Amino acid sequence: MDEIRVPILAESDVLAARQEGRRLANDLGFTGSELAVIATAISEIARNVVQHASHGEMLLRVVRGGPQEGIVVVSSDEGPGIGDVAQALQDGYSTGGGLGLGLPGARRLMDEFEVVSRPGHGTTITMKKWKS
Amino acid sequence: MGVPILKQGDHLVASIQSALSDAELLEFQDRLSEQVGEFRSRGVIIDVSAVDVLDSFATRTLRTIAFVCKLRGAETVIVGIQPDVAFAMVQLGLDLEGIATELDLERGLAHLQTVADGARTYG
Repeated sequence: MDEIRVPILAESDVLAARQEGRRLANDLGFTGSELAVIATAISEIARNVVQHASHGEMLLRVVRGGPQEGIVVVSSDEGPGIGDVAQALQDGYSTGGGLGLGLPGARRLMDEFEVVSRPGHGTTITMKKWKS
Repeated sequence: MGVPILKQGDHLVASIQSALSDAELLEFQDRLSEQVGEFRSRGVIIDVSAVDVLDSFATRTLRTIAFVCKLRGAETVIVGIQPDVAFAMVQLGLDLEGIATELDLERGLAHLQTVADGARTYG
């Protein structure tokens, strides 16, 4: 299966999301360290959803761009949104009592990272990792 | 199932054998710090060799455990961080500064022995 949808409703779903992501990336043939990187990025973003929004979901699927193959993770929630995306992407900025690594950390782990947020309506994060 | 914690002489050895949710990690943290008192342990080894992700929450919890145990008089060593996991931690920007890490259980026990010997010599 090339597309997996994981509801992010509770803290235990963080684990489910990263396990599904790892499985899909493994099927695609990513290396061991890439699998750890992808699973860690998913974990950080899924936890953000649990902490800041009451519910959301993650869509995991295969992406092909020319000769390249990779995984795309789309996290969407209907939470309060992010007022200042640029600030939220800075290291050390945290509103969830965490280490402030969630968004900037996940961005470092992935090849492509895009945040679209509408305050009051929710946040969508799209991140991609291409096979090396 | 919770993380098994085994008493081994003056030490506690805990092996995290599967991926843990945040709630399970916090339960482990509380139980471990209680057992340090119950068994009057001087050292704690946490084996994470079966763990495939150490994200910011897991790392922060391990740091908390190590500092809480320190305040309770026990030295904590984290052993068995897998190379792929270490790679992802570095990229994410995580470290375990101030916390002892060793390659495996054997080295972890040797580390605690060295700490105990030092305490006897200089204490």
